[in-house]
Amino acid sequence: MSVAHFAVGDRVQVRNLEVEEGLAGHMRAPVYCRGFTGEIERFCGIFGNPESLAYGRDGQPAQPLYRVRFRQIELWPDYRGAAADTLEIEVYQHWLKAS
Amino acid sequence: MSHDDHHHHHHSDHDAIEAPDTSNSDTALLADALRLVLIDKGVFSAHDVQDQLSLMDTRSDRNGAAMVARAWVDADYRAAMMADSAAAAKTLGYDTKGTPLVVLENTNDVHNVIVCTLCSCYPVTLLGPSPEWYKSKAYRARVVRDPRSVLREFGTDIAADREVRVHDSTADMRYMIMPQRPEGTAGLSEAELASLITRNGLIGVAEL
Repeated sequence: MSVAHFAVGDRVQVRNLEVEEGLAGHMRAPVYCRGFTGEIERFCGIFGNPESLAYGRDGQPAQPLYRVRFRQIELWPDYRGAAADTLEIEVYQHWLKAS
Repeated sequence: MSHDDHHHHHHSDHDAIEAPDTSNSDTALLADALRLVLIDKGVFSAHDVQDQLSLMDTRSDRNGAAMVARAWVDADYRAAMMADSAAAAKTLGYDTKGTPLVVLENTNDVHNVIVCTLCSCYPVTLLGPSPEWYKSKAYRARVVRDPRSVLREFGTDIAADREVRVHDSTADMRYMIMPQRPEGTAGLSEAELASLITRNGLIGVAEL
């Protein structure tokens, strides 16, 4: 089981494991947040890795899961809302690196 | 009947962008065929099916409404619900079977809305079966990148100085929104308050 590396408020960047490691198949980190930097909003617990569970495997090593908060104007170049608008999404630790 | 009352309200809220796109799927066709065979054989009637669907619908989003109404009137329950929402649901008899639940509170500063861009993750225990529009590709694609326009289509106009916070529910948490308690409801009972709370309010596409 992995240990939680990040704390609330830490700046993190979402990795692109599809490019970095040639990962293929079921992935939970949507393309729209890959490469972007956000802030840890909360730690959600430790959960089986969905990239393993999706294929009937055991989900090990289990992954710490965080909610990461992004600024919408950074995610979408043509964002039409307010500058303060945000988006939060759960990201597993192996998809995150310190920023 | 209360079921008809609040469903009438819901349909008028979301007809504009409701776009079922799975009605001809293999799974849907199989389910339809099985239902018709069981009705032909007299295992149950078409009325039974409709009654059961109505029951599932009404019973479930009333669960979320009951939690929020309790939180409005009981500060201790509210604190417990914000700290561990699934445990707080269970104290009212709603068991999420181990799925963690996060309740997010709308305030004067922040309006929250839920989506699952990956599929259709939804707190079924508390909100019942998800509406077709929640599963539609249009809602899932648009509400993350242009939430204010989507909210306006639901008749929900969020002031520019209030943050809109979208919650993409693609992993292990399930989310429910705690709407703001409407003005002028100080004299209402908990049950009366619950009757004001709509499913769309609990998803965050509507205010109360």
